[in-house]
Amino acid sequence: MSLRVEGLSIARGGVPVLEGLSFAVEPGQALILRGPNGAGKTTLLRVLAGLAPPLSGRIDATPESAAYASHADGIKATLSVTENLRFWADLYGRSFGAEVLDDFDLRALRDRPAGTLSAGQSRRLGLARLGVIGRPVLLLDEPTVSLDAASVARFAAWLRERHLGQGGLAVIATHVPLGLDAPELDLGRFRASPRSTQGSDAAFL
Amino acid sequence: MSIWDYANPKKFMDTTTPAIPWIFGGAALCLVLGLVWGFFLTPEADKFGSSVKIIYVHVPSAMMAINAWVMMLVTSLVWLIRRHHVSALAAKAAAPVGLTMTLIALWTGAVWGQPMWGTWWAWDPRLTSFLILGLFYLGYIALWEAIADPDQAADLTSVLCLVGSVFAILSRYAVNFWNQGLHQGATLSLDAEENISDVYWLPLLVCIVGFILLFLALVLMRTGTEIRVRRLRALERQAQRAVA
Amino acid sequence: MTALLHRDLRLSIRAGGGFGLSLAFFLIVVVLVPFAVGPESEILARIGPGILWVAALLATLLSLDRQFALDHEDGALPLIATSPLPLEAVALAKAVAHWLTTGLPLTLAAAPLGVLLNLEGTAYGWLVLTLALGTPALSVIGTFGAALTVGLRRGGLLLSLLVLPLYVPTLIFGAEAARRGAEGMDATTPLLMLAGITAGSLALLPFAAGAVLRINLR
Repeated sequence: MSLRVEGLSIARGGVPVLEGLSFAVEPGQALILRGPNGAGKTTLLRVLAGLAPPLSGRIDATPESAAYASHADGIKATLSVTENLRFWADLYGRSFGAEVLDDFDLRALRDRPAGTLSAGQSRRLGLARLGVIGRPVLLLDEPTVSLDAASVARFAAWLRERHLGQGGLAVIATHVPLGLDAPELDLGRFRASPRSTQGSDAAFL
Repeated sequence: MSIWDYANPKKFMDTTTPAIPWIFGGAALCLVLGLVWGFFLTPEADKFGSSVKIIYVHVPSAMMAINAWVMMLVTSLVWLIRRHHVSALAAKAAAPVGLTMTLIALWTGAVWGQPMWGTWWAWDPRLTSFLILGLFYLGYIALWEAIADPDQAADLTSVLCLVGSVFAILSRYAVNFWNQGLHQGATLSLDAEENISDVYWLPLLVCIVGFILLFLALVLMRTGTEIRVRRLRALERQAQRAVA
Repeated sequence: MTALLHRDLRLSIRAGGGFGLSLAFFLIVVVLVPFAVGPESEILARIGPGILWVAALLATLLSLDRQFALDHEDGALPLIATSPLPLEAVALAKAVAHWLTTGLPLTLAAAPLGVLLNLEGTAYGWLVLTLALGTPALSVIGTFGAALTVGLRRGGLLLSLLVLPLYVPTLIFGAEAARRGAEGMDATTPLLMLAGITAGSLALLPFAAGAVLRINLR
């Protein structure tokens, strides 16, 4: 399973943000997205996840292979940590293995209602979802927000050993160094021209 | 050259803008002719008296209230299938006109019903159906207003229009079943035995043509305005991006 | 699909889930009606089925805007959308969960509440039958409306404006069948129409709801 993108153009709110984007990520590899706020990192991840259609170009990976993780984790406050994870496992047709609780240091919290977790603990629970659903392509949007240094290291270790090491791949938008041996892609180079003829505004110009 | 060429906003504007005054003129001509003819130059009907003359407004507005929705349905489908912006904007432009036609039909119906049935309002199937149609128009317009992104709004309102059409037809049957009413049947069908006589029919026809032209002119004008608004927005956003 | 259904049912019965709110609303409306129209049992018995139908419809409306809004706010919706479950099935699961937490309890509560409105013997059966047949349609239509307005500020108000006209045929056939049945008239036609609307809505509206969800997630 590899992820190939060719000549991709994407829009946010009908306005082209990125044009002519091409890259490839092979199994076991990660790709770090760089670029200032508004460069289109989140939009690109949403397009790769199949949530939004691209303006043009090709994405060579089925959306069914991808897992998307945004700033919000979709955690239900009244369900316990285990119940939250079990739901995602059931929804994705996977069996829920308890070793995920160790990977993300959640074993002590397993029966706590998710609403009582701190921001960092919730974030760990949100990331543990990725371990539960077992998708080969991870599309991560700022995964380390509100994590402390130890948790960042723990997540990076999981990513390296349990995901990339097993032949998975990842596209990550992050400002925090994860210590991964991964190429970086600067989205600034692909910024769409203001004169772009794509997007829903173009018909009116 | 195909009809879809007119779906280009610029081509659409270039074609329709010069035509709008002529269509308005035609509408005014037909309406003045039809209404004067109908109001002053037709005999009074035996059982209706002079109140019958309100049909010259009532019938055409009621027809256009339904036709406007049908037009919105067609343009919504065109948008969903072919993604022509002009089509979606035309549907948006037609909705308030259709709502106004519905209100005119309801109001003239009430004014006519008062002397005829002795009541301003009766839960008659036709009146009730028009009231429900008015609610559908309201919901449709409200959804357009509520969504900031024009493409998203066009998509969602188009789906609502499709689903709403099915439920509007269902409502029509439901209301018919619920109460067989006072309203006379359609008097305009070509094969009906008891068709109204030519004396009334010809001025009514002129009025209907007038209403169609008026609707056309209003929708074209409003669509033009919507296109200008979109163009303005597009230019502003382009300028912002050029600066950034 | 069952995973989503289980989760939604579990969420609704946990604290703050809102289960029982529409039931309480239903009860209060039915209690208020006699205060407004007077205590004559004949009048109440005559308008009873209609009142219960309108009250059930409004109670259904009450919980609709939470259907997708909660998942939208906490970011679960895009995560569910990227799961193997198609959005059409998501919409259907949400509608079924909504019916199980509102439509079904309302149907069961309608008979005891009918006592307050002095319904006559045969009316109870007809009322429960028509509500059982009609409330699924209310849930599916409402789910479509909720999918249409997900993510909109003040979507709740708009939702009512969009959904209520769509409820008209269901209400007419449902209340009409209940009334005719209660008065001993032939109620086959409205009953069949009601069943038809429910079956048609269940079959087709999840697709419309899935489509608008996809648009709203873009």
